[in-house]
Amino acid sequence: MVGNVAEAEDLTQEAFLQLHRKIGTFRGDSAFSTWLHRLAINVVLMQLRKKGLSLISLDEAMDPAPDEGPGRSFGAPDLTLTGAIDRLALERAVHDLPAGYRLIFILHDVEGYEHNEIASMLDCSIGNSKSQLHKARLKLRDALRAQAPEETQP
Amino acid sequence: MTEDRDNLSCASFQAQLPELIAAGENVAAHPHVLSCELCRALLADLETIAEAARQLFPIVEPPEELWEHIEAALQHEEDGSDSR
Repeated sequence: MVGNVAEAEDLTQEAFLQLHRKIGTFRGDSAFSTWLHRLAINVVLMQLRKKGLSLISLDEAMDPAPDEGPGRSFGAPDLTLTGAIDRLALERAVHDLPAGYRLIFILHDVEGYEHNEIASMLDCSIGNSKSQLHKARLKLRDALRAQAPEETQP
Repeated sequence: MTEDRDNLSCASFQAQLPELIAAGENVAAHPHVLSCELCRALLADLETIAEAARQLFPIVEPPEELWEHIEAALQHEEDGSDSR
């Protein structure tokens, strides 16, 4: 999520500290694992906001301004991604996604969570999770096509 | 006017796409995809990205000393709250 092992370790520590401080507020309204994951995600989001790296917050990702979203694909199919995507190029494109899109993409496509689990963790609707994942994939497609036009054009 | 499943515009099809993919439908066999090169290419790209994502960011096991640091930080907080 943060793309840096040392920072991930710091955030792991911070998540444990937050858990220690807030464990008394857990009321059992959701599964403990969901509550804990949400707490950890909040730690990460706070860090991203503190660094000012994410240009769009999770709330904004849930309802992005029209120009923030990926373009739809109605033009000529000028080029498509080939079967194999360069892993580093994809990691770079994921890293450059706005935080909200990145979060949902990583939770669903990388870590394998279902939309209903993501909706619980992020306190959004299942429909929102589906639609934001789709927008994240479209944005990645745009980014990957922009990154390597020479390699994919015939 | 409503569009039937076989004669969707690209805009209408792409508006339905998140739900179709999430429902696990065989979107490649959708009538619009079979007849539209553009949406076929889009779908292939999205599937390629989702497939590639599974290979990303291998799980990194935290080092042994991380837990020692966390324990020390928790102890520090405990000590701080005791002395208040």
